[in-house]
Amino acid sequence: MNTLKGYPVGLVENFDLYAPKLVDREEYFSPGHRACQGCGEALAIRLMCKALGKDTVIINATGCMEVISSMYPTTAWKLPWIHVAFPNAAAVGSGVEAALKALHRKGRIPDRYVKAVAIGGDGGTVDIGLQALSGAMERGHDLLYVCFDNEAYMNTGIQRSSATPFGASTTTAPAGPASMGNKTWKKNVPEIMVAHNIPYVATACHSYPLDFMNKVRKARSIKGPSYIHCLSVCPTGWRCPSEACIKMGRLAVETGVFPLYEVENGQYRMTVSMPENLRPIQDYIKHQGRFRHLAPEQIKLFQDRTNLEYKKLLNKVEHSKSWGEMSAEQG
Amino acid sequence: MGKRKGMEIALAAAEAAALCRPDVIAAYPITPNTHIPEHLSDIVAEGRLDAEFICVESEHSALSACMGASGAGARVFTATSSQGLLYMAEIMAIASSMRLPVVMALGNRALSGPLNIWNDHSDIMSQRDTGWISLFASHGQEVIDMVIQSFRIAEDRDVMLPININLDGFQLTHVVEVMDFPLQEEVDAFLPVYKPYASLHPDHPCSMGTLGLPEIFAEATRAREAAVVNSRKTILKVWDEWEKRFGRRYEPIESYKMKGAEVAVLTMGSMGETAEVAIDALREKGVPVGLLKLKLWRPFPYEDLQKAVKGVKSLIVMDRAVSFGGPGGPVASEIRSALYDDPNRPDLTNYIFGLGGRDVTVEDFITMIDKVRLADKKRPKEHYEFYGVRGE
Amino acid sequence: MANKRWPENWQDVTPGCIVSEPGSASQYHTGDWRAQRPIWDNTKCIKCGVCYIFCPEGCIIEKEDGFFEADLDYCKGCGICAHECWPLAIKMVEEG
Repeated sequence: MNTLKGYPVGLVENFDLYAPKLVDREEYFSPGHRACQGCGEALAIRLMCKALGKDTVIINATGCMEVISSMYPTTAWKLPWIHVAFPNAAAVGSGVEAALKALHRKGRIPDRYVKAVAIGGDGGTVDIGLQALSGAMERGHDLLYVCFDNEAYMNTGIQRSSATPFGASTTTAPAGPASMGNKTWKKNVPEIMVAHNIPYVATACHSYPLDFMNKVRKARSIKGPSYIHCLSVCPTGWRCPSEACIKMGRLAVETGVFPLYEVENGQYRMTVSMPENLRPIQDYIKHQGRFRHLAPEQIKLFQDRTNLEYKKLLNKVEHSKSWGEMSAEQG
Repeated sequence: MGKRKGMEIALAAAEAAALCRPDVIAAYPITPNTHIPEHLSDIVAEGRLDAEFICVESEHSALSACMGASGAGARVFTATSSQGLLYMAEIMAIASSMRLPVVMALGNRALSGPLNIWNDHSDIMSQRDTGWISLFASHGQEVIDMVIQSFRIAEDRDVMLPININLDGFQLTHVVEVMDFPLQEEVDAFLPVYKPYASLHPDHPCSMGTLGLPEIFAEATRAREAAVVNSRKTILKVWDEWEKRFGRRYEPIESYKMKGAEVAVLTMGSMGETAEVAIDALREKGVPVGLLKLKLWRPFPYEDLQKAVKGVKSLIVMDRAVSFGGPGGPVASEIRSALYDDPNRPDLTNYIFGLGGRDVTVEDFITMIDKVRLADKKRPKEHYEFYGVRGE
Repeated sequence: MANKRWPENWQDVTPGCIVSEPGSASQYHTGDWRAQRPIWDNTKCIKCGVCYIFCPEGCIIEKEDGFFEADLDYCKGCGICAHECWPLAIKMVEEG
């Protein structure tokens, strides 16, 4: 069943049971899209659009979400939407943002704030799209970039990306007698974004919908670059039952594999309170076919590295100061 | 009318683009076209142009940003050459398929290997089939005029296509000429504010760049081809209006001293200016030779070509690019194909020359023309010949 | 299944394949994909809205009486709502 039984105290504190009833009922991502049953990414898109509201322009990289939502002559999008190519969501987004700024200044569009939001999968963000993302964030466009990370190139058939976790089996880094699957650790793109000195970076997951929506709302209000990395469960690619979609996201957070935090002007903060002792990653891995081949030694490597990365994060949470605070200290 | 000024043609291209009041410019530097975005950023910094200048991190992002901006309803401009054009090649076809009126100035430069920053046409020839309207300028005035005309052509509701203006790298970009610049009021009267067919705004949401299954792709492509072909009507209309407003005439193929010509030379770009001097010299000696300067490359000017070569016995087509292993240089292949069905078509000789910035002189043209018109007719002709290559 | 409206002729294709009807994907009824459907037991439902929030299709609707049901035109039968329901008020039943 769901994960409530494991850590009731931590979860109930953060998840206000009745808050979903207060969420805006307007749907900006219509049903009838061709996503798989139980698609976490489609859910994440739906939640993101609710948090963004009507005055948004979406720029989408090629990927699962683009393909399932925009089959000519129909579209699942009720927001203005543009797709150009795979590596350039952030670049197209820069152009949209600049145009909205220029047109608004020249009085050619109504006097209302419209936010440009670029979205892409892990493929279109951490690999082929990294250059455009880095350029857009560095130039300081008023652009929110949301990466929907399902940890592989899912749309083309589950190939390995640099966001694929350690030990996962994908079609281009498969597990077999001569290989353990993916040998490298997940690329930490939120950290790369923090290094670009942008005002807001956050990790999120659709299994914590209110946390995710609050982060989107916060990022939307920032007049400058912002980045959200949303873990999106893919039951098809992760080889778990479709109904376990939400549960997988929760387990990823509770085991410390994907902690939820935000970095606001350089200050790190956990946004979901975590249990004192993390759950063992075995709890997370055992439900997913992509990890089924892992031997105990490999799982131990995974566990040790997860603990280390989590410790690194906690260290930053404890010791980081906001840039404003540090500037003030200099006197 | 207008202001007569002497300046480097690349700077003039930037000034012409600025006169058209673009809203967003996204460009990446690459020799020899760098002076165009540089000067545009100067104009913006001086406060003479209200535009967003995005210093993108690559050419791929330059055209991508232009597409995003155009989709949002802004007038956009960019410029590049050679390797930069190839880097944005993925987006070239998409810009055309999404019917976004991006205007791009191309400082034609040789494609690498070996690395060469000087002039030839191999860069644009590799992008022939992407569905852009292509214009070729042979001197500075044409560059200015074509840049301004391009915005008007591209944004026309009957066209809605991206358009590139080709000017030879260094041979044109870095040459100083005296040119007539239209006044701002004149350009404003000629070029109204851009009103897009559709734009990205929440007041009228739409989805651009959708997925096309096999059930629809053929029809969508056919529609796009029709748009490129039909753009000819608008191009000719705009050129007529340009002549009325500014007194300068433009035609898809300009004929020079073609009256009674038995031998004709066909050029594209700045080499046409050099050819003119050769034609003049030969005509002085009574040789019946003329020049055809091709200005409209896409959509291909079939009718104008057929009309222009009427009565010509021998056509010499100049190519400044190679189609490796192909049936001739790119231009000659197309000219040959276009004239194939005409029973009275002229004999066609194809010279490939001027590669990688190799200079082309008046004497070279005279040599090539003499070689063709004095040739032994029974000599078997190759499909194409390299001219001016040591060892040939 | 709703009819896919492919344009008859190439002249009917919109410029740039733009789609100007927002949300027109709802003409396609993904409910045909389903192998099981969610059934609500309203004696157990506490009207919390968790099922509504977690549906990837966004096809769970709140009725006037405050209880919820799935729009069967679109429900793909993924089972997330049943799996997440706290009071266990939703059961997945095989399509017959």
